[in-house]
Amino acid sequence: MRRPADAPKTLRLASETPPTELAAQFEVRCTRILDADGRLRAPLPEPFADASALTSVYEEMLALRLFDAKAVALQRTGRLGTYPSCLGQEATAVAIGRTMAREDVLLGTYRETGTMLARGVLMSEIFLYWSGDERGSAYSGPDAPKQDFPICVPIATHAPHAVGVAYAMKLKREPRVAVCVLGDGATSKGDFYEALNGAGVWQLPLVFVVVNNEWAISVPRSAQTRAQTLAQKAISAGIPGEQVDGNDVIAVHSVLQRAMAKARDGGGPHVVEALTYRLHDHTTADDATRYRTAEDVERAKRLDPLARLRQYLVRERLWNEQQEAAAREACNARVEQAVAEFLAVPPRHPSSMFEHLFAELPAALHEQRDAVRGADHE
Amino acid sequence: MSEITLVEAVTQALAHELEADEHVVVLGEDVGANGGVFRATAGLQQRFGTARVFDTPLAETLIAGMSIGLAAQGLRPVAEMQFMGFIYPAIDQLLNHAARLRNRTCGRMSCPLVLRSPMGAGIHAPEHHSESTETLFAHIPGLRVVIPSSPARAYGLLLAAIRDPDPVVFLEPTRLYRLAKEEVPDTGDALPLDVCFVLREGKDVTLVTWGATTRETLAAAAALADEGIEAEVIDVATIAPLDINTILESVGKTGRCVIAHEAARNVGVGAEIAARIADRGLLTLLAPIKRVTGYDTIVPLAKLEQSYLPTPERIAAAARETLEAA
Repeated sequence: MRRPADAPKTLRLASETPPTELAAQFEVRCTRILDADGRLRAPLPEPFADASALTSVYEEMLALRLFDAKAVALQRTGRLGTYPSCLGQEATAVAIGRTMAREDVLLGTYRETGTMLARGVLMSEIFLYWSGDERGSAYSGPDAPKQDFPICVPIATHAPHAVGVAYAMKLKREPRVAVCVLGDGATSKGDFYEALNGAGVWQLPLVFVVVNNEWAISVPRSAQTRAQTLAQKAISAGIPGEQVDGNDVIAVHSVLQRAMAKARDGGGPHVVEALTYRLHDHTTADDATRYRTAEDVERAKRLDPLARLRQYLVRERLWNEQQEAAAREACNARVEQAVAEFLAVPPRHPSSMFEHLFAELPAALHEQRDAVRGADHE
Repeated sequence: MSEITLVEAVTQALAHELEADEHVVVLGEDVGANGGVFRATAGLQQRFGTARVFDTPLAETLIAGMSIGLAAQGLRPVAEMQFMGFIYPAIDQLLNHAARLRNRTCGRMSCPLVLRSPMGAGIHAPEHHSESTETLFAHIPGLRVVIPSSPARAYGLLLAAIRDPDPVVFLEPTRLYRLAKEEVPDTGDALPLDVCFVLREGKDVTLVTWGATTRETLAAAAALADEGIEAEVIDVATIAPLDINTILESVGKTGRCVIAHEAARNVGVGAEIAARIADRGLLTLLAPIKRVTGYDTIVPLAKLEQSYLPTPERIAAAARETLEAA
């Protein structure tokens, strides 16, 4: 634009950055109680002052590891389809399960096997699902968490569901909590941010657990985002975010227990980033040697959540080899029983694909269903 | 009793269900104090409170996704998408989750949500506000797609959609929002989903349509009547799942069929209807099936949008063509 002729030819330019004032300040804390060598860095929090709670949480992690290994073996022998192992992530999975109340709602990914088991989903159903059978998500067991969402496969797409679930809880004034579990890769998606933002706006009883296992298939955490922590993404939505050593079951339990109690009491949402490591391939269809070194994995193994707690228990004389052997035997027996139950499930009739499409199958679809039924009778 | 517009019929249905069923909640962008950009939710927040009629952040994935969570918890969410051009993030949620939640849990969970959205051209709106992409939704198994074409059908079908135990995409033709009025008593009586409505009976040719194009189709039928041609007009209303039997019955009687819709022709719902007639009604046909549709182009901006839309003249011409064939 042309200047009027009488205007000064140049304006005085600022010689330095204009003054600013502090608008906001944030920090992200990380909790770690049991170090990699199984030594306590802080006093044991509730409920772990009671030794039986410690041995029981260890046994639960052990059971998960044995179940997971069995699932991988079943895939290798053709009994299951693609299966995503949770090897190395047992502490976080078990701690989530233990800190949720029965009436809470879990919305998780495909790697929440440990939490699902803790919630009352049957081992045989988990096998059934990964064998390619919808009945695995029917949660038919006596203690089944009927309102828990089924496994979410498309990344982060379940985060907005959790907002709806938590909104309903708040609307109905129920002291319940929605727990949304996602991976590190999920934090790159807009769905995650939209959900965080909504949870913040309405101050919902919703706890997000970001299980940062360092790998989104082949893409490392460092290539996923420039952000120093994933927990800090919560802050952009006005939600507190914190980190916890995800391989320290005591710390994860403690942090989650606090976050859930706060959410339940109307204190609003919370984000917990659990730092762990995916020791196995992404799934049985993946080969992690293509993108990470054996040294990387060896380094991560030194932080193994089971070994860490076992070291502590053994040092404190709360656990010994006989107990370990007995626990393994008992777990394996349970897993084998579940395998037998899974293998005994009769196949579904092909026409079952029409069974739960709608509450009542529309007339427009009867012909297709009848054709599938008829094909079987021929 | 006073007459109301289609958009007022939507409001009346929402108010009726909010009053009758405490599980119904209404959410979306600007649906609260503002009453929606088309005023479809006018007065509802004032009447039913900010907890049950609430504005969301500007986030379509969240709106669609949280509706699934609300529905799974036993509520009956009716979510508004502001314009069809903004609905596409919701397809991920509808296709991957809403439409399959019941199926993938073997009936343990269900998803009784309604996603309302304006659709179609003809109101001189800005870019991205004029598309008719119902076929994208009709292709999703487990999802109902309902399009009203009059105030009475908007009221009755929306009541049915809200009460339906499964997810429904409810597309409201913006061009009809305020174009005509009729008496719509607030009786709470729903109209049936999954069935076509025969709007006019005739023996010579069947005109199949839905949404805003119903108006042009009825005008075409009136013009044809002046020439002594009796056209039967069918409003499909629920485009998925499709009530093909009503259409087949009519085509069996007339032997001729013209399908008119505003959406682009390629892989439009008209193609499915034509294929089904070819499959089960071919021998009753006296003439090839004709389609009068939007063109396979980007919907033009306001200045040319009238040229894009099917007109009564084009529909009537296609009908005459079928009559000339035999």
